[in-house]
Amino acid sequence: MSGLDYDTVARFAQQGGTLYFGVMFVAGVVWALLPRHREAYRRLAQLPLEKDEADDV
Amino acid sequence: MWKRHQKFERHSLWLVIGIVITVSIGGLIEIAPLFWVESTIEEVEGVRPYTPLEQAGRDIYVSEGCYSCHSQMIRPLRDEVERYGHYSLAAESMYDHPFQWGSKRTGPDLARVGGKYSNDWHVEHLKDPRAVVPESNMPPYRFLADQDLDTHATRERLRALLAVGVPYTAAQIENAEADLKAQVDPFASETSELRQRYGPNVVQSDFDGDPTRLTKMDALIAYLQVLGTMVDFRTYEAESPENLR
Amino acid sequence: MPEVAITGTEAVTNSRGDVRNMPTQSRTAGAPGDVTWLFLSVGLLTLLALLGTGMTEDPAFRLQGAILLAAGVASLAALTIGIGNDRFRSDPSRYADGVIRAGVIATVFWGLVGMLVGVIAAAQLAWPNQLYFPEHGWTNFGRIRPLHTSGVIFAFLGNALIATSFWVVQRTCKARLFGGVLPWFVFWGYQLFIVLAAVGYLAGITQSREYAEPEWLTDLWLTVVWVAYLLVFLGTIWKRKEPHIYVANWFYLAFIVTIAILHIVNNLAIPVGLTEARSYSAFAGVQDALTQWWYGHNAVGFWLTTGFLGIMYYFVPKRAERPVYSYRLSIVHFWSLIFIYIWAGPHHLHYTALPQWAQTLGMTFSVMLWMPSWGGMINGLMTLSGAWDKLRTDPVIRMMVVAIAFYGMATFEGPLMSIRTVNALSHYTDWTVGHVHSGALGWNGLITFGAIYCLVPWLWKKPEMYSKAAIEWHFWIATTGIVLYITSMWVSGIMEGLMWREYTPDGFLANSFIETVSAKHIQNVIRVLGGLMFFSGTAIMAWNVWKTIRMAATDTKTVLSSTIEPQLLPAE
Repeated sequence: MSGLDYDTVARFAQQGGTLYFGVMFVAGVVWALLPRHREAYRRLAQLPLEKDEADDV
Repeated sequence: MWKRHQKFERHSLWLVIGIVITVSIGGLIEIAPLFWVESTIEEVEGVRPYTPLEQAGRDIYVSEGCYSCHSQMIRPLRDEVERYGHYSLAAESMYDHPFQWGSKRTGPDLARVGGKYSNDWHVEHLKDPRAVVPESNMPPYRFLADQDLDTHATRERLRALLAVGVPYTAAQIENAEADLKAQVDPFASETSELRQRYGPNVVQSDFDGDPTRLTKMDALIAYLQVLGTMVDFRTYEAESPENLR
Repeated sequence: MPEVAITGTEAVTNSRGDVRNMPTQSRTAGAPGDVTWLFLSVGLLTLLALLGTGMTEDPAFRLQGAILLAAGVASLAALTIGIGNDRFRSDPSRYADGVIRAGVIATVFWGLVGMLVGVIAAAQLAWPNQLYFPEHGWTNFGRIRPLHTSGVIFAFLGNALIATSFWVVQRTCKARLFGGVLPWFVFWGYQLFIVLAAVGYLAGITQSREYAEPEWLTDLWLTVVWVAYLLVFLGTIWKRKEPHIYVANWFYLAFIVTIAILHIVNNLAIPVGLTEARSYSAFAGVQDALTQWWYGHNAVGFWLTTGFLGIMYYFVPKRAERPVYSYRLSIVHFWSLIFIYIWAGPHHLHYTALPQWAQTLGMTFSVMLWMPSWGGMINGLMTLSGAWDKLRTDPVIRMMVVAIAFYGMATFEGPLMSIRTVNALSHYTDWTVGHVHSGALGWNGLITFGAIYCLVPWLWKKPEMYSKAAIEWHFWIATTGIVLYITSMWVSGIMEGLMWREYTPDGFLANSFIETVSAKHIQNVIRVLGGLMFFSGTAIMAWNVWKTIRMAATDTKTVLSSTIEPQLLPAE
């Protein structure tokens, strides 16, 4: 790994990191907004509200 | 039903895998390069492993939580350089396991406290800080002067440090205990074995002012007195290309 | 120590004398397999502790060994009694709530301890002449300070996270906690970790890594407990009867998994010996510093943020009786938060010997972090939309909303302080201390109190808390305390930062260091007052919780009919 100098690492970390971040972020947002998730989300949002005084042990 | 259930199991595993990948990448990109880029640490003369006594003092510094209130990292800002001395170099803590840069200055920075005050001053100040600096809110460390230094694992400590990469020689490890005791001998010669092994600049002195005992106070002051003294900044060229980071 | 464990499991067989629901196999004699394994492992560990304690030359190690030995013997006794009385049966059709009850009590107890130690430490800085004892080194600030930080972060908030996660994962998965007796192992194992760490600090056993001070032996123990915790949590998710995983569980899972990674990497070290308490970190200097602050920052990110967002995403909708404002936003919130947080660590090392590119990267991502943080804050606050009147009528909702507001404030201040020029002023000063406390007291503290006020009546089958007025008092005293604390630290932090860099007209430094210390005295006193108020609020809560537990039980009709199974039908 001795071929790496400071500039290479710095450039890789800053540009590559930002690019990688941007792609991942957009992918995450798109995934979350996919219409096929809508029904599941509606169902999920109600989950904590269900009556479950349930329990014990 | 079973088939569907299996899919859900995968689902949560995917979630775990996704989390691991996501959180690993930032850490890897930031931390990993530091381990193989040569220029992370400057090329400087003089930085040496701590002597057994200094290391014992360092262990006390860690145990007492001194890092809670004292940094050992001078930033390259005008006021800090004027107050504390030349800004800290990465090379100066290259043998520090663990590092003691600190994060808070309830008290002043100690990166270059070595040689600034006399041993007597340190003894008085550590025993009762407010006797020396009336407005200080530092805790008193009188008990360090009352307790003998525990030396049973001196050699093992150096050996553990060698295992994590501090370049102690076989002779230094072999003679660890003798070196530790030799450092509190104020009448040691310029060519003592300790100095032959660790360099001519090693301070040999009865640090705590009590020649009859080897106390924790001896060790802590030996450590404080070496802080920031290893590099000769008259010969350090900050602007030379290999030192730019 | 073992009493609570037994009380918790006792309810399995004795639960209101209702044995009809019990599966037939549970009446067979003998210990369940998991308990046998636990017994053998504890026996082995106890033996090792005995050997270590006997053989070591290191007094610090002997102290740790003695604690382990005592814990081992106590656990063996508890397990023997429990197996003898056949108390380790569990009914898979019911939720495991005993361990959560224990967790809530532990949360309140450690909260009192951790905050009280904090008040003492703050008072030492204000009145050093009265509160230091030269012959008793273990009471010094340097040893008390990690006791306070760990006491609050790991003991108080850690127990809160474990207890609430056990509640949330069961309710949203409609499944009993996985692993039989394993959740109880997690609970008691975690308390043992706290005691080992706390006694260790007072005895000077520390690695000096902030928020990761425990030495190698304690770290290994925490690793074992943490793997068990991950198993319980994942196992419960695996056997869930609900097709999807609720988002609060995502946040809890990220917290558990990431903390495991951080903990292991940051604590890599070589012990001086197998019977020596001390170890030396695997890395040195600049690498060690970056590893530590990568850990330190992400401990804030994944322990104090992600975990507590799990609490927010369950307890705020539940208490407000409204679904989360936008489930979609919560997913975006999740991924962007865990992604960005992990990069931000180097902002703790601005202007240090850390290479500049790493500092820049840390700063950039810290500023970007502001975005998902506020997305989450808006999501939490807007869950209340249409029910804002509850702010007036329900002090618990108000507590949680103010907690989210403090989350918003701290996550705005954080990115600001990560900007290099601001950091040049704020670093090393009390400003950082104030920032941490606006997050820890305002966000973590208040949301935990809110969750406790929800959980206690649910867990102990009471209609509501014993005293609503006491909750009001708690809210106002705690909030005033926070405001006093953080404003005094803003003032003293910015003041000392400016004094350090102040020059006389002739170009000399204007202030000696000690002048900046004495200038902070008033602020130090106000901080003690603020901390004392916050502690008093917690004491009121402890009293209220105690009185609620002692209240007469509610009608058991709902309880008996409420096993997990009937919930299946409406679920699909």
